[in-house]
Amino acid sequence: MSNKESLHRRRKIVSSLTTTITAVCAFFAIAVLLIILSYIFVRGIASINLQFLVDTPKPVGEGGGIGNAIVGSVLMTLLACVIGLPIGIGAGVYLAEFGENLFGKTVRFLADTLIGVPSIIVGIFIYTLVVLPMGRQSGLAGGLALAIIMIPIVARTTEEMIRLVPDSMREAALALGAPQWRVTWNIVLPAASTGITTGAMLAIARISGETAPLLFTALNSRFYNYFYDQPMASLTVQIYNYATGPFDVEHKMAWAATLILITLILAINILVRFLTRKRF
Amino acid sequence: MESKISISNLNFYYGKEQALHDITLEIPERQVVAFIGPSGCGKSTFLRTLNRMNDTIPIAKADGTVLIDGKDIYAPNTDVVALRRKVGMVFQKSNPFPKSIFENIAYGIRINRMYENKADLEQKVGKALHDAALWDEVKDRLNTSAFGLSGGQQQRLCIARALAVQPEVILMDEPASALDPIATQKIEELIVELKKQYTIVIVTHNMQQAARVSDRTAFFMLGKLVEYNATQKMFTNPDERLTEDYITGRFG
Amino acid sequence: MAQTGTIGDKVFRTILVITAAIILLIMVTMVFIMVWNALPTIKSFGLSFLIGREWKPADSIFGALPFIYGTIVSSVLALIIAVPISLGIAVFLVEQAPKKIATPVGFMVELLAAIPSVVYGLWGIFVLAPFVRDYLGVFLEKYFGWLPFFQGRLTGIGMLTGGIILALMITPIITAVVRDILEVVPTQQREAALALGATKWETTQIVLGNAASGIAGAVILGLGRALGETMAITMVIGNSPQISASLFEPAYTIASVLAANFADATDEFYLSALIEMGLVLFLVTFVVNAFAKLLVARVGKRMHA
Repeated sequence: MSNKESLHRRRKIVSSLTTTITAVCAFFAIAVLLIILSYIFVRGIASINLQFLVDTPKPVGEGGGIGNAIVGSVLMTLLACVIGLPIGIGAGVYLAEFGENLFGKTVRFLADTLIGVPSIIVGIFIYTLVVLPMGRQSGLAGGLALAIIMIPIVARTTEEMIRLVPDSMREAALALGAPQWRVTWNIVLPAASTGITTGAMLAIARISGETAPLLFTALNSRFYNYFYDQPMASLTVQIYNYATGPFDVEHKMAWAATLILITLILAINILVRFLTRKRF
Repeated sequence: MESKISISNLNFYYGKEQALHDITLEIPERQVVAFIGPSGCGKSTFLRTLNRMNDTIPIAKADGTVLIDGKDIYAPNTDVVALRRKVGMVFQKSNPFPKSIFENIAYGIRINRMYENKADLEQKVGKALHDAALWDEVKDRLNTSAFGLSGGQQQRLCIARALAVQPEVILMDEPASALDPIATQKIEELIVELKKQYTIVIVTHNMQQAARVSDRTAFFMLGKLVEYNATQKMFTNPDERLTEDYITGRFG
Repeated sequence: MAQTGTIGDKVFRTILVITAAIILLIMVTMVFIMVWNALPTIKSFGLSFLIGREWKPADSIFGALPFIYGTIVSSVLALIIAVPISLGIAVFLVEQAPKKIATPVGFMVELLAAIPSVVYGLWGIFVLAPFVRDYLGVFLEKYFGWLPFFQGRLTGIGMLTGGIILALMITPIITAVVRDILEVVPTQQREAALALGATKWETTQIVLGNAASGIAGAVILGLGRALGETMAITMVIGNSPQISASLFEPAYTIASVLAANFADATDEFYLSALIEMGLVLFLVTFVVNAFAKLLVARVGKRMHA
């Protein structure tokens, strides 16, 4: 009998022990997040000033900043959105509304695969497709690489969001004699618009943090450049260069640039969370 | 007659909503008690208070006393794990584990170390399957997946799994509602057989079933116990007008 | 009216088909272009490319084995660290924590996935690498130095730091997938275990058993991510094409050699060698991801059946 009781006690101890261990795992993840964020904040805030935000990179010792990198990132992200959002949303609508045939299934599978393709591979692809024929790196190549990363993400989130729109809504409109495209355009898309918008925002957050696909497509630039046919600086590549540079002053600038980047990305993520709160 | 379970003044809440109102009821040992009533009347909720399965719902709260063998299962020092071993449960939808037939039955025996050696374990698994009238149908495929069984067999497997840990009470939450008439009949025969050893509480929406298998019947409505009587009397000459209306099908 | 409807439908549908076809086109072109550009080295070296241990671009000697080794070892190391932690977090969020805690904690874990790779790299260089050099590495050397993994010069830049950084990056990804899978395990499974007198942990084991193949899928998905991760690992692994048992030593991965050298590869043969390595990475991640998706999807289907 006491044997039984000790078994019983042991089972309960094991149970509460495992509960504790899982809690420690969760605590560990949160701790990592907070540690990384606080390093970025503490080390970054010291070097941020207006000069830093508008200057271009300068030789070591003469200051310098990330003004042109910010502009480059904005321009390439913009290009990626102009190309990626319509294609991604269009493909998503197709997959949701007509995608149950072989073509749809293939595209869905390929989109999922493309999401899993390492982003550096996308860089190689654009390098051989755009950079080699053009003879030089450019903002265009960088923007295209980001667009390719964006398209499958937007397509799949759009599809999921549209699938959440109840069929009864479609049927009600169709029953009134509306053609299919009007139903999709005027009823389904607006109903799914919050979800599609948040999906797009997350995709933007994702590509604004991408570095690998820009390394040899957009390359970098030390100057302000507003033309897509020229090499273009970006925040992320600039962070990489500063971080791997030999001088302490560069490292400081890397942290400061990171603070800008991470603030933007966290802001988008938190905003999305806020917009979709009712779903959770 | 001795009471196995004795419930008094039980109130139950989901958050602010009260699901059970002041229930007082005695469940005699080695008998079958059926709970009937329209859906949403609280009969399943009530059943789940008897092994504290409602504990898994964070906003659920019970007050009142439920005595099993004279011990209040809602007392603060109650060991819920031990309680549930003593009060087994069979669910509306059969829920075998994704394991073999043998391992499904062996699970409870294993976690409670209720066996001496392999032969003993096999013997106990076999007995549980015998008691659940399933042995002849599965003896040749004990190591195949439980999902390969028919719906009725799966439900009897779940009963066997509950029997294997040697409970004293078995709670059944509409155990035959998802089954065809033949499988249902087998479950009903089994219930009658099992009451020789166990105290059984069964929730059913099927009044004929209650009439066939139970010794006593409790009729619930809107979270209140309307009438509790011997089944025989309940179905021929109920005390309450409401019970009669329900049994004769005037609502429900 | 009906006429405009059908024409409108046709136009609309055509536009959508084109957008969807673009995804197909991207993938097909990607495979084709990479194979095409890798042909020079595929033809000249054949299989020896994959098993050669020497990498001397200046002499046109291309053996990719050190990179393949570095990619696999760093990813496996990442899995060894990340899988138990991810499972722990997912179990905590779904099985243990009350919703009030699980929601914000889950969100914070998701945020870990939102941090860009280059930011992990920056943090890795200046925070994690010194920590590995001064504390973790010293500890491992002291108590496990008899193992070949924890010998050699400890600079903080090397395989160990690379594996840890990858682990931190794939933890939120594995966690998210496992969490989704645990959430679709039917409540009845938990109740069945509880009703037999199972403890919380024993019940959790039943739930994990239900989710087993999906969890395997999540782990493989994490592997796919680790294999292709580029910036962070490039910044901390040391970028030296060598095969060493020691985790303290620097190493190189396929993705990092691409990131570090691609822009300088002017010679056609060198470029072809790099692209062939990219192709290898592409094919491996493709297979790994497809397999993972299959496992995860199968669990989802069974649960909903």
